[in-house]
Amino acid sequence: MNNQYNDLVQRLLQGETRAAARLITLAENDIKAAETIIKSIYEYTGNAYILGITGAPGTGKSTFISTLIDKLIGEGKKIGIICVDPSSPLTGGALLGDRIRMKQHFSSDNVFIRSMANRGQLGGLSRATEDVIKILDAFGCDLIIIETVGVGQSEVDIFKSAHTVLVLLVPGLGDDIQTIKAGIMEITDIFIVNKMDLPGADRKVAEIIQMLELNMNYKYNSEDINETFSKTTQWTPEIIKTNSITGQNFDKLLEKIEIHKHYLKNNGVIQSYLKGRIKNETLQILKYKLTKKIENMFNENETIEKLVNQVMKKEISPYEMANLIILKFF
Amino acid sequence: MENKRKIKVLVTKPGLDGHDRGAKVVARGLRDAGMEVLYTGLHQTPKDIVNTIIQEDPDAVLLSILSGAHNALCPKIMELLEEHNIDDVLVAVGGIIPEEDKEHLRKIGLKGFYGPGTEIKQIVEFVKKNLKR
Repeated sequence: MNNQYNDLVQRLLQGETRAAARLITLAENDIKAAETIIKSIYEYTGNAYILGITGAPGTGKSTFISTLIDKLIGEGKKIGIICVDPSSPLTGGALLGDRIRMKQHFSSDNVFIRSMANRGQLGGLSRATEDVIKILDAFGCDLIIIETVGVGQSEVDIFKSAHTVLVLLVPGLGDDIQTIKAGIMEITDIFIVNKMDLPGADRKVAEIIQMLELNMNYKYNSEDINETFSKTTQWTPEIIKTNSITGQNFDKLLEKIEIHKHYLKNNGVIQSYLKGRIKNETLQILKYKLTKKIENMFNENETIEKLVNQVMKKEISPYEMANLIILKFF
Repeated sequence: MENKRKIKVLVTKPGLDGHDRGAKVVARGLRDAGMEVLYTGLHQTPKDIVNTIIQEDPDAVLLSILSGAHNALCPKIMELLEEHNIDDVLVAVGGIIPEEDKEHLRKIGLKGFYGPGTEIKQIVEFVKKNLKR
């Protein structure tokens, strides 16, 4: 381990906040820096539990996280929070506003909050989110909470990064058809019906139950309004109503998170999860690198120009051109 | 877009001042100029602000003060930054800062002093030109 980031990495491992912050900046701005940094710290990662929080804009993710920290901070845990907000597709600028809701934690030494823009990446996270998770892990965070951008229906990258995925829903957004669509509803470990004081919360719960009932191994115990499900080897999602302002039901939520944690550990699920995560991450890196390489190749290349001319003359199709490029360059 | 370094700016309101229209306009303007702008909301203590600077690692910090408390708040923030050896962040103040107070604030390292009527592009140019890293 000997590189220009050596000093920062040493300070990170000793738990220095500024070093963590600066390494995150470097990793965020430059993938080459990220590569070197992650290589230096990789052996120190793997200790943090990663909780993903996702949901549509305005469902209360940031406030929810703030209340969650309130409950967890007493346990003496070191908590890292990554908040991702969208970049403008037009200017590349971003307004990062998630911190506003977490005001009471700004001055806690055990809480590290970092806001990031997604920089045009689809899927609800940013390119560097995986890197930031690792830096915070090596920094000594016991728990890392990731807040995705306000998502629509198909931004599901979070489930590849987090151990437990919480999806926030609120009463009054869409009918039961929304709950049977593909995408975000399929990646959820625990459904949160937030803003439970609003009318329609019970109905929202009922809609989620109905959707889950279409899964084979689901059984809802109607006598217990605490939403208990029969557990088979496969995880069946939990549903909890919460109020992030009063903190109602958060204790119950923490229990459910613990249950999911045990489920992962006890059934060997964690191993397949880890394998999946490594494969996915490597695939992302490969895609990124190869795309850059191909883009650069396309800029000024005689062979490419010749092929383009052939396509223009209708001698070959773009598919054939692609095949010829693969044959020639890979 | 990916590899071009983004300028990250913290826009924040120290103290008990509740007038945030200006701060929001500036935040929006910088966003439209392609910067990543972090807005913390109202009622930040100097310690809150410096902690945010430590964690978020912005290139520039813009303080918006219209309450008249700049002579108390700004020196405190600068002290805390020095305590943490943070010297590579541009710190600027805007809002209502009387002419006679500016010299002292300049001396302790503050820049900017943009008040009502300033055009956004002036502030954008100012941030770009005065970055310390």
